[in-house]
Amino acid sequence: MYGDFAAVDSIDFEVQPGESFGLLGPNGAGKSTTMRMIGGTLDRSGGTLQVLGMDPAERGPEVRAHLGVIPQQDNLDEELRVRDNLVMYGRYFGLPRSYLGPKADELLAFAQLEAKATAKVGDLSGGMKRRLTIARGLVNEPRILLLDEPTTGLDPQARHILWDRLFRLKEAGTTLVVTTHFMDEAEQLCDRLIVVDKGRIMAHGSPAQLIREHSTREVVEVRFGSERNAQVVAELEGVGVRNEVLPDRILIYTPDGEGALEEITRRGLHPVTSLVRRSSLEDVFLRLTGRSLVD
Amino acid sequence: MTEPQTRAGGVELDTNRLAYSGRAPSHAVMAERARRLGVWYYAETTLRGMRAYFWPILFYSVGQPLLYMIAMGVGLGTLVTRGVGSVDGVDYLTFVAPALLVSTVVMSVSGELTYPVMGGFKWHRLYYGPLASAVSPGQIALGHLLAVVIRFVLQSAIFWAVMVAFGATPSGWSTSLLVIPIGVLSATAFGAPLQAYAASVKDEGLQFAFIQRFLVMPMFLFAGTFFPLSVMPVYLQWIGWISPVWHGTQLARLATYGADVPLPMVLLHLSFLLGLTVLGMVLAVRVYTRRLRS
Repeated sequence: MYGDFAAVDSIDFEVQPGESFGLLGPNGAGKSTTMRMIGGTLDRSGGTLQVLGMDPAERGPEVRAHLGVIPQQDNLDEELRVRDNLVMYGRYFGLPRSYLGPKADELLAFAQLEAKATAKVGDLSGGMKRRLTIARGLVNEPRILLLDEPTTGLDPQARHILWDRLFRLKEAGTTLVVTTHFMDEAEQLCDRLIVVDKGRIMAHGSPAQLIREHSTREVVEVRFGSERNAQVVAELEGVGVRNEVLPDRILIYTPDGEGALEEITRRGLHPVTSLVRRSSLEDVFLRLTGRSLVD
Repeated sequence: MTEPQTRAGGVELDTNRLAYSGRAPSHAVMAERARRLGVWYYAETTLRGMRAYFWPILFYSVGQPLLYMIAMGVGLGTLVTRGVGSVDGVDYLTFVAPALLVSTVVMSVSGELTYPVMGGFKWHRLYYGPLASAVSPGQIALGHLLAVVIRFVLQSAIFWAVMVAFGATPSGWSTSLLVIPIGVLSATAFGAPLQAYAASVKDEGLQFAFIQRFLVMPMFLFAGTFFPLSVMPVYLQWIGWISPVWHGTQLARLATYGADVPLPMVLLHLSFLLGLTVLGMVLAVRVYTRRLRS
């Protein structure tokens, strides 16, 4: 059995082989710290941690040989060319050049960087660097991929390309452990996730399960102008199951969005804008912590 | 080398191969190799990075000894020979050449193991990539040192060849060849502790300029390079005794012209250089491990 570990402090979880597991939480929640402990590149002060049955603090090389690590901040070797970054990184795992040559070419294709093989790393765009970092993390054929905020700083198109690549890897049997503060990313990538805040686990489950347990099926977003939102909220009492007042809008949680909107109109309230949508993990987070993820 | 090919039209993507091709050795084998050879793997990458500067490095390695030999040996040497005849029983060029080899190698090492080390932690963060691979922080430290050593073997060898060409090696080429390991050992005796120190620097590294001016330069000028240490007043001779340059220079002179260095002194010089090297390596491993894992 592989791919299971229980991690650190008050954060306790297990990941199953082949699963895509997410740590969702705001910046500073302790996600990156947890990730570094899994790879044994951060000394931890206590607790137990097992990766593939081994403690990474004691058997770092053995654990890391199985891991592909994609750090939050790209740390490519800017003194080397694009393809050399893959080859030389493979050398850190003692991989022979006869293996690394073809592997580097496959990974360049995977990352859609074939045309950039001999380019300088410094000349790549942000998205290209990110893809190269991910390709580099795959050079040792890891069974577990640790992705720390994989798409932060990328434009929407580049994010979708990455999600597609990661999804293919998961299909091929790689275990993914992803940290993110993006709801849509967590919904796209994760079979199961924990919501982390201030080093503690607030909730765990599949995205659908979390939404079911901690939110309603639909949400009505209404805006009355930033001055009036607070005044109006009393008059919205009972329209939905629960209201949430944000600086710019009011969220009304309800199983039936259209019905709620009709009720609002019936009460003689006329929002400047209104929107009915399905609940997302953002709502779960708001419910659990009383604040939104990206403040 | 063969340049990587860019595949026109793209290749068929087989994600199964990307995940587990079965072509890679087992992960246990990877870990075992990394534990055994990780130092070399890191050195390989560093050398590969240096390749971009191969021609400048080579030009510098050849040009510098040439300039020194002409200026100090032929220029200054002519004056000295006219004035005092010989120094330590040989002509001035022969006297000064081994010392110049040792001091230039030691001086160059202070460039290679200060800012680039700090940059590995701070600017380019080159150390943090391999940190997540199968190699350990200690191997990264020693691998960087090993790459620098290999570079200085080359630089010392070129310097030695220039010395031979200028006829500054009366011991003959096979015995004088020993200046190459002596030069490199002197460089590590200074470089390894310096690397450990540089790894501990968290700010912008202004200290390095200080080291260059107040440590490296006095070592160059007062460690028996241009004149025997015994010429200096006793209260300044300590600069030589604590300097890797002087210990290395004495050994180098023994190698190139059979200078009168008694056996106990040879052992003392060697132990001093080896001791500093080992101490520096131990400290560097410790500092790298602590810093990279925090």
